Amino acid sequence: MGLWASDEIGRRFAEIHPPLDPQAALAEAARCLYCFDPPCTSACPTHIDVPRFIQKISTGNLRGSALTILDANILGASCARVCPVEVLCEGACVLNRHNRQPIEIGRLQRHAMDYFYDSGASLPSPAAIAKASRVACIGGGPAALACAAELRKHGFPVTIFESRPLAGGLNTYGVAEYKLRPRDSLREVELVKSMGVEFRLGVLVGTDLTLADLERDYASIFIAVGLGPNEPLGIPGEDLEGVVDALRFIADYKTTQGIQVGRKVAVIGGGNTAIDAANAAKRLGADEVSTIYRRSEREMPAFLFEYEHSKLEGVEFRFQTQPVAILPGKVAGRVGAVECVRMDLGAPDASGRRKPQPVHGSNFLIECDMVIEAIWQSRLLEFLAQFRGIEVRHGAVVVDPETGQTANPRYYAGGDCVNGGREVVDAVAAGMRAGIAIAKSLDERNG
Amino acid sequence: MADLTTVFAGRIRCPNPFWLASGPPANCGEQVMRAFDAGWGGAVWKTLGEPIVNVSSRYSSVDWRRQRMMGLNNIELITDRPLDANLREIAEVKKRYPNHAVIVSLMVESKRESWHTIVRQAEDAGADGLELNFGCPHGMSERGMGSAVGQVPEYTELITRWVKEAARTPVLVKLTPNISDIRAVARAATLGGADGLSAINTINSITGIDLDTLTPRPDVGGKSSHGGYCGPAVKPIALHMIQQISGDSGSKLPISGIGGISDWRDAAEFILLGAGTVQVCTAAMHYGFRIVEDMLDGLSNWMDSKGFRTIEDFRGLSLPRVVEWKNLDLNYKIVARIHPEKCIGCDLCYTACWDGAHQCIHLDRAGSDGGGQRTPAQVEAESLRKIAMTPIAKLDGAVGNNDGAYATPLARIPRVDEDECVGCNLCALVCPVDECITMERIDTGRPPESWEQRMAAMEQGGNGG
Repeated sequence: MGLWASDEIGRRFAEIHPPLDPQAALAEAARCLYCFDPPCTSACPTHIDVPRFIQKISTGNLRGSALTILDANILGASCARVCPVEVLCEGACVLNRHNRQPIEIGRLQRHAMDYFYDSGASLPSPAAIAKASRVACIGGGPAALACAAELRKHGFPVTIFESRPLAGGLNTYGVAEYKLRPRDSLREVELVKSMGVEFRLGVLVGTDLTLADLERDYASIFIAVGLGPNEPLGIPGEDLEGVVDALRFIADYKTTQGIQVGRKVAVIGGGNTAIDAANAAKRLGADEVSTIYRRSEREMPAFLFEYEHSKLEGVEFRFQTQPVAILPGKVAGRVGAVECVRMDLGAPDASGRRKPQPVHGSNFLIECDMVIEAIWQSRLLEFLAQFRGIEVRHGAVVVDPETGQTANPRYYAGGDCVNGGREVVDAVAAGMRAGIAIAKSLDERNG
Repeated sequence: MADLTTVFAGRIRCPNPFWLASGPPANCGEQVMRAFDAGWGGAVWKTLGEPIVNVSSRYSSVDWRRQRMMGLNNIELITDRPLDANLREIAEVKKRYPNHAVIVSLMVESKRESWHTIVRQAEDAGADGLELNFGCPHGMSERGMGSAVGQVPEYTELITRWVKEAARTPVLVKLTPNISDIRAVARAATLGGADGLSAINTINSITGIDLDTLTPRPDVGGKSSHGGYCGPAVKPIALHMIQQISGDSGSKLPISGIGGISDWRDAAEFILLGAGTVQVCTAAMHYGFRIVEDMLDGLSNWMDSKGFRTIEDFRGLSLPRVVEWKNLDLNYKIVARIHPEKCIGCDLCYTACWDGAHQCIHLDRAGSDGGGQRTPAQVEAESLRKIAMTPIAKLDGAVGNNDGAYATPLARIPRVDEDECVGCNLCALVCPVDECITMERIDTGRPPESWEQRMAAMEQGGNGG
């Protein structure tokens, strides 16, 4: 246990997808078939013109390549690193059906974006602030950054209100360090700032700034507040010392706020966040990390490649296992074990996955000195309830999928608070769609 | 088992028809002997002639899609080694490799005595034949030699005649392609008494310009000069010229084929158009002498599979199949057929047909909403309008992403409108999957008819009406 210096974090979280060297990038780019109506582009939520940017890499036009990417996705650099390309562009590559080796689109995109940032990150001159109607984005994560960038392209003044000290949302605070470092996220924030977007950090809307003030000063408001902390399990012992929320744990190690890692760590949950937390615990020095999930590996919501990677990291998976209590150990008030029951899988439920049923009398203990909870990110229901006329269903803001517009026409929304928690690229796509729709609506209103 | 032994121009014997062309790989005796050990049947010694000095650098190339040296360009002149050293090594090679062919390439100033002298020196050293370098397009041509001779039929005929006055071995004239009709020089060489032809020499070229320094390549201290282009890129040009000469009644000389030959397939094609031997330079410069092994092995296996026992059994067999356009059958019809089980959905055939051909490939297998075929722009716009999201099983349930009987979604498998297809081949050429698009014969029910026949019939019909 103890605190790590940031260079130690860098050492322990070396990139899992290192950059392509320039010649390897050219060789990989040359393999691209340059499909018509490319499936990779269709599969990408932001519809990046993949063959076009790859063609530009192969001709040595790296600036043109980067601008092609940024035109469709202002967070092209982080998406290149964090996208689950296996189920997106690379999964759609026609070469999967040819010689079975898709183009490494993610790494090529990174190659172009690295060039862009290494050569000064200069966009073509930003649009002048020519429009009077101001737009506010609540939240400073990927959806808001994309929406703000899009609106700036259309000449609107935009302000981002972010409650945390840094913008970037989960890109800054929540992505596994070996994929994306906070400084990579923050240079994208700087890029958006260079487009003339105003950032007001550490400002919680509704508390530090009233809604009345916001509605008075801004013609349209984009809500992109994401999700809340992980829901507690609702079992005894969650208040013991050593029980932590996965997102908090990840944010703390990424910002080197002080990392406390047990020797034996139990991670509860089967999603990608659980995987990230488990891998991080292992890399931070835990001897044993067990990921506990109540269904089988077939039903696990984490991406298959994340699961495979986690096993390689040395994480042990305990399937069909349900925690029922967290118990103290020798030190009073500190976690010492998780009491679990075994689960049987019954008939499929509404999600099509087999429903887990506890096996009576199968209780057993998993010894640990740290429990990381990663089952379900909470919905910010109280926060969202402030906004009049907005419909929230099953914890998600209801919007027109084409425009992101809510039931209250002044309000738009996008990102995790709408889609329930997807990928960075989904948030960027939603932010862009909303940005375009807001610009169109304001232009129409202002004649 | 095929027999590759070759007799060229009546008297030049060699174990196989693969010769090193006159150039850097045949610069000295040590190289030529290693080449013979590797399996080459002969070598044309790098051109002997007047003393020269070479520059640095000398080569530049054209890469394509990361493949190196699709085309190679050089500004190197003839041998820069002393004449007596070359002659001594030629004698040494012939002594140690009596069964291999050593041809000596020659180029001297356009004086009868100079040619007589060099011919005697080469033959005294043991040359099995002589190749007159009337093709070198750079440097030497500025001094009235090389292609400066080969571009003027009268000079070619005159110097060939001088050489023949002195020569006891077969004389081959190496032709330059940098001329409007190569047959004119081939005929001149024939009139001058040549025993054979070598074709083609390199093609005038500037391979490219360094976009940082703005200096064309190869860079010689900030300046460049046009060079001679060779390598795989020039093969089609060479094949055409071989066919032109082979099919010309004005020169019936044996031909040693040169130009981008990189493997046994290329060699077989040159021989099918009439070449008796083939010469290789760029491929040996790129990969070394060892590449000859598959040239011999591959050619031999192909000959066995085709039932050809000797080179002569198939030499020139494709010549009757090259005719003038006016003699092609206008009633022969083929159409493209896309095999959906092989299609990977790149849709390159679709865009090629719309933008580069006849707009008869469509993306309508998954159903069309009527109102005519969609244009490429409409297809793209539809795709971009669709909202895509990362598939997440937890949120989406089981995700199935296919809709048809094939591995590729039906909407991405193009369809050929066979009534509109002109049978141009473009779609099959761009398709990255072998045998995915085949060109199928359609019976038009009409007998073969050439343009000339059709014109004649129309005239007759016109007269009759």
